[in-house]
Amino acid sequence: MSVDIAVIDYGMGNLRSVSKAIEHVAPAATVAVTSDPAAITAAGRVVFPGQGAARDCMREIDARGLRQAIVDAARSKPFLGICMGMQVLFEHSEEGDTACLGILPGSVQRFPHEAMHDDRGNKLKVPHMGWNNVHQVVPHPLWAGIEEGARFYFVHSYFVQPASPEVIAGFSHYPFPFTCAVASANMFAVQFHPEKSQNAGLTLLGNFVTWNPGASETACDMSGAACA
Amino acid sequence: MLAKRIIPCLDVTNGRVVKGVNFVELKDAGDPVEIARRYNEAGADELTFLDITASSDNRDLILHIIEAVAAEVFIPLTVGGGVREVGDVQRLLNAGADKVSINTSAVTNPQLVKDAADRYGSQCIVVAIDSKRVGDHWEVFTHGGRKATGLDAIEWAKKMESLGAGELLLTSMDRDGTKSGFDLELTRAISEAVDIPIIASGGVGNLQHLVDGVREGRADAVLAASIFHFGEYGIDEAKKYMKQHGIEVRL
Repeated sequence: MSVDIAVIDYGMGNLRSVSKAIEHVAPAATVAVTSDPAAITAAGRVVFPGQGAARDCMREIDARGLRQAIVDAARSKPFLGICMGMQVLFEHSEEGDTACLGILPGSVQRFPHEAMHDDRGNKLKVPHMGWNNVHQVVPHPLWAGIEEGARFYFVHSYFVQPASPEVIAGFSHYPFPFTCAVASANMFAVQFHPEKSQNAGLTLLGNFVTWNPGASETACDMSGAACA
Repeated sequence: MLAKRIIPCLDVTNGRVVKGVNFVELKDAGDPVEIARRYNEAGADELTFLDITASSDNRDLILHIIEAVAAEVFIPLTVGGGVREVGDVQRLLNAGADKVSINTSAVTNPQLVKDAADRYGSQCIVVAIDSKRVGDHWEVFTHGGRKATGLDAIEWAKKMESLGAGELLLTSMDRDGTKSGFDLELTRAISEAVDIPIIASGGVGNLQHLVDGVREGRADAVLAASIFHFGEYGIDEAKKYMKQHGIEVRL
């Protein structure tokens, strides 16, 4: 039997928080934490979380034979990347000089040590850990009901730099603006942890489990906006 | 802008919160799940559970508590107390903890910090450092401040960072329970010595102490137990006070 929502398990960190939060916002859905490529391919929607180092993530993805299933899911059905699950969608990560999945053009780089000071000259810590404001660049069904500038919980030392600015859906400041959400067709990915971001995070996850990208694409087409 | 975090700490033994709690209309004053729910609603940025259960018979109780809290409270949960091996870290993470705090075992077996960070990522490994001033420096203590280690706290903090700790929970044993404020000099010395976030702990007696911990101590987060448990101050009240004093908080 296929599941409604597959949470991809590739051995990188604890996925319990993610699956619990999704069960909370979609009590009627079947949610499976899985490392089975067939289950990911058969699922209606896919969540791609991840913690740890980029190189380990890529190695574990390939060790489980998940690469193709992830690439296919990201191109074909509602897909949500979280944290490392956002970073490895890009082509390359500076962390461990790692070739990533290359689904989105761009790279991942570390917060540069020399830039990590606030306007009073105080040192800013890395990892960027805690609640920061997320600014919405474009209207998107996943932002529905979430206030512009709402705080989400972050914990990361690297951030994405998309080569195509049109995929940028949200940014945050630390201390400079960096991309913390990207959107492309059926794919949405965030650097922060919606599963740990209380009401704002649950709203985003709730939006994801009911998101119908096909419908929003049609709306885009009709309005004549460029939605590629 | 990144907010400074306020973290209430719940000391749990045999499945109950101790130290006394005084929430208005709280039916069961010692129920950790109920207390976690209240703190979440009041705007706590994270929750820390410290398992102080002495007997190993009742150690699994904390797992059930974390499971229950994680099913309904969607903010970061840190659990510490009695973490001795990678298996303990795994059990706590599987129960729903987001971070695990390692204290005494980091001293007796520093490799545990490295192994746990390598396996689960630095983001979920907090090293708790209990420190006391000894002469002209600060020394690391274990076993609730009873046992001296001979380790210099600043050097120890750097070593824990290099082994993969993602965050340090720094408690001044000189100030703990005194309500006279954080040891600001210690907090600042450690915060400036490492690049990872510091949670200041030990000695909070009023809201100005929280402001001082961030301003003077350069703490990234402040942890307190009794001022919140006894209902002296609410989390929201503490955040408003910090904001009035120019500190970025999540309201």
